[in-house]
Amino acid sequence: MRRMRGSYSGRLLGIAVLALTTAGVCAGADSMSTLTGAGSTWVYPLVAKWAAAYQSKTGIKINYQSIGSGGGIAQIKAGTVAFGASDMPLKPEDLKAAGLIQFPTAVAGAAMSYNLPGIESAKLLLTGPVIADIYLGKIKKWNDPAIEKLNSSLKLPDMNITVVHRSDGSGTTFTFTNYLSKVSPEWAQKVGSNTSVAWPVGVGGKGSEGVASYVQRIPGSIGYVEYAYILETHGSYARMINSAGKDVSPTLQGFQDASAHVDWTRAQDFYVILTNQPGPDTWPISGCTWQILRKNAPKEENMAVMKFFDWGFENGQQMAQSISFGPLPPSTVNAIKSYWKTELGYGL
Amino acid sequence: MTGSDSALPVEMRPMSEGPGVAGGKWRLAWGDFLFHKGAALAAFLAAAALFATVIAIAYDSRFSIRAFGIWRFLASSDWNPVTQTFGAFPFIIGTLVSSAIAMVLAVPLSFGVAVFIAEVAPAWIKRPVAGAIELLAAIPSIVYGLWGLLVFAPAFAEIEPWISGHLGAIPGVGALFQGPPMGVGMLTAGIVLAIMVLPYISSIMRDAFLIVPSSLRESAYALGATTWEVAWNVVLPYARSAVIGGIFLGLGRALGETMAVTFVIGNSNSLSSSLLMPSATIPSVLANEFTEATTPLYLSSLIYLGLVLIAITLIVQFFAVLLMRRLGRREGASS
Amino acid sequence: MTRVLLRRRIVDVTSKVLMGAATVIGVFFLFWILWTTLKYGIAGMHWDLFTKDTPPPGTDGFGLRNAFVGSLILLGVSLAIGLPIGLMGGTWLAEYGFRSRIANAVRFINDIMLSAPSIEIGLFAYAIVVAPMGHFSAFSGSVALAVLMIPIIVRTTDEMLGLVSGDMREAAIALGAPTWIVITKVTWKAARAGILTGVLIGLARITGETAPLLFTALNNQFFSKNLFRPIANIPYVIFQFALSPYSNWQQMAWAAAFITVLFVLLLSMVARWFLGKVQVPR
Repeated sequence: MRRMRGSYSGRLLGIAVLALTTAGVCAGADSMSTLTGAGSTWVYPLVAKWAAAYQSKTGIKINYQSIGSGGGIAQIKAGTVAFGASDMPLKPEDLKAAGLIQFPTAVAGAAMSYNLPGIESAKLLLTGPVIADIYLGKIKKWNDPAIEKLNSSLKLPDMNITVVHRSDGSGTTFTFTNYLSKVSPEWAQKVGSNTSVAWPVGVGGKGSEGVASYVQRIPGSIGYVEYAYILETHGSYARMINSAGKDVSPTLQGFQDASAHVDWTRAQDFYVILTNQPGPDTWPISGCTWQILRKNAPKEENMAVMKFFDWGFENGQQMAQSISFGPLPPSTVNAIKSYWKTELGYGL
Repeated sequence: MTGSDSALPVEMRPMSEGPGVAGGKWRLAWGDFLFHKGAALAAFLAAAALFATVIAIAYDSRFSIRAFGIWRFLASSDWNPVTQTFGAFPFIIGTLVSSAIAMVLAVPLSFGVAVFIAEVAPAWIKRPVAGAIELLAAIPSIVYGLWGLLVFAPAFAEIEPWISGHLGAIPGVGALFQGPPMGVGMLTAGIVLAIMVLPYISSIMRDAFLIVPSSLRESAYALGATTWEVAWNVVLPYARSAVIGGIFLGLGRALGETMAVTFVIGNSNSLSSSLLMPSATIPSVLANEFTEATTPLYLSSLIYLGLVLIAITLIVQFFAVLLMRRLGRREGASS
Repeated sequence: MTRVLLRRRIVDVTSKVLMGAATVIGVFFLFWILWTTLKYGIAGMHWDLFTKDTPPPGTDGFGLRNAFVGSLILLGVSLAIGLPIGLMGGTWLAEYGFRSRIANAVRFINDIMLSAPSIEIGLFAYAIVVAPMGHFSAFSGSVALAVLMIPIIVRTTDEMLGLVSGDMREAAIALGAPTWIVITKVTWKAARAGILTGVLIGLARITGETAPLLFTALNNQFFSKNLFRPIANIPYVIFQFALSPYSNWQQMAWAAAFITVLFVLLLSMVARWFLGKVQVPR
């Protein structure tokens, strides 16, 4: 080795050795009480917040990563994570085939954000069919009679509508397109609903940030954004007419009402989609995230995940509300607990 | 090479100084053998990684290959996750065009920067400028993406009406510059890509220029050549292979760049004749849809897209090698 | 004659101006991007970044300790894997393979690897490390990053060794030095600026890579230094935080980006300082 001193090769070797030892020293043993979950980007803030509080309370680390719902489903099937999360529920037959179970976590919503010179946030009123026609490219101008009819008090400009959508696959897109499919037969037939769809018109922004920044910048634009995002960034939103024909603004209560009118206890595997639900105060573009577990995972692992979510249902309601997630009502939580018992053969 | 023996590395001093001549030779011979085999193994590993990757990717795209075949997948513009039909055509075009724009802008710029640093700039300015350009490569691509989206695109949207007003009026190429000023789109992606690959191309060019023997350079100057003539007629031909290598390194980066492009290209899955309109590339679609692909066929089609991208780079590299061979032959004939 | 001379001078001056302009454009964009990073990042600059872990969403406070440590571990392990393979592989090409058919084939393959989209390399690492091990890990992320870095080092090492003039090599061989000594003491030394540039470009490339970590190292909201568990890392945090609605997270994303840029700058300065201490055999 002494011969190498001062030589270039020695130095390069030195770098490699240094790197290796640094890494080796760092790779000490970690506590075993770490569980990894992955999936939905939408529910990430909630699970991460619960996990931080849960860790300081119990010392158990629940590491949740937002790799997307599709990734969450794939990873729980592959068994690389203890739980997966998806904004799009799996059909009961798919669950059965893959040996999985699923349960809801919390409710949330999305809203339309827009950029219209001279028209402030919450002044604009839209309906599902009008939004569908805008996103189909059939309504091209802001002063289209269909929009003017809803907003007779506003002076709508003769301006082209620039449609903005998410470019990345997302649960928000699923919820949004699922809603449009329910209210517009043409949308259902031509486009349909999924985490990404073949958009007839518009520009795609990456993430909520991407959509929000396009909307903020392009006059005459409209895009759908998670409500939590609008709230945090003080973005604009449009009011909507819900399925009861009422004029509503997006609120936490509105999202919770969407779930309140669902009888979770009777829906098999909680397979219910919360868009366009009845109720006078219900916000029409509401959604939910499901946690997915493997039936044949080690019992201790499933128990640890169940304990965590049960703790969240009981103690995490304030935390959920602080970041615009609606906690599940006690009846639903009870239904989830008995679902665990019947499906897994064990429970809390 | 001046100075006494002690300036040489130990191994190069006369052997008699060593501990034992025979033992030293034996050890050095083994050293040669091990070093050679070790190097060969490393080269093999580096190459094997491609085959392993291609095999893994081809295997994972099997559902999609079975469902759509090759030509239907390549030629179809229909990318619809709802109906589960997938075609790669718009993304192939988007990838090629955005990279082409990047290269058209970046190659002359990089050459200029490299010659400036290697031949033109006074010594005191060389190092900071070289460092600054290299620093461009240090910026994570996600930062390029955020800067592109939040800073560059809005600024570019201010210039776009001018572009579509002037360049858009030219018959023929005018169609390339139509559309509302959104700031994002194919051209924006090309420009951001050009900035991103600039340091890669220019630093390799510059290093190649600097390694050109100064005797060559000085004899040309002695004959009365100008700086430009030395750069163009002496330095560039000498370093040609490395220069082309640098260009293709940059092209490779541009073709495969994911995060920055995703933020600024506008992500539209439909084809447009205008460079100002949103578009999509293969990597941007992968980054956008990969994690949310919910069915095996969808996921497999995305991986299939990745296979197409590897095929594109294979074809590009094939032509690069061809080009370099031809240059090499001409060089041989003229001398 | 004078007209020719004049024309040559005009071409010369014009070209110099254009080259200067090209450099100014490059430097201009650098400062623009750096200014952006600084402007947004300075708001998030806080001592807590280095002493606390990432705060949960919607919670005040700053902290990136887990991500910094995680990123350093990832970089260290991938350098330890990638540097020997890349350097030796490039050396084999330039010093043993020359222009042989097999060496050209390896070069060709290596060039394609340069362009392989990083997200696919991540997928590859997922297939060969994550899936067999059954869980995400820092190690798999390092493998993916090393696979990205190797072709860059191979290519630049090969190119730069190929440009080293034969005289010095021959002089060393004439002194009776064996090939491997000639390579390590003379050829590597002569080409070290280029090789190190390659290593730095490789490091710079992987320092900011997000896509290959998505399916390998994943991320970790807690502090972890276990190589065989998911690990927090800066690129993932920048990506996740920058697109979040929380202003402290966004600030942290920019601060992390700024520190990343500074880190790579420091890296290259240290490398140059190292080089400056070695005699240049030119």
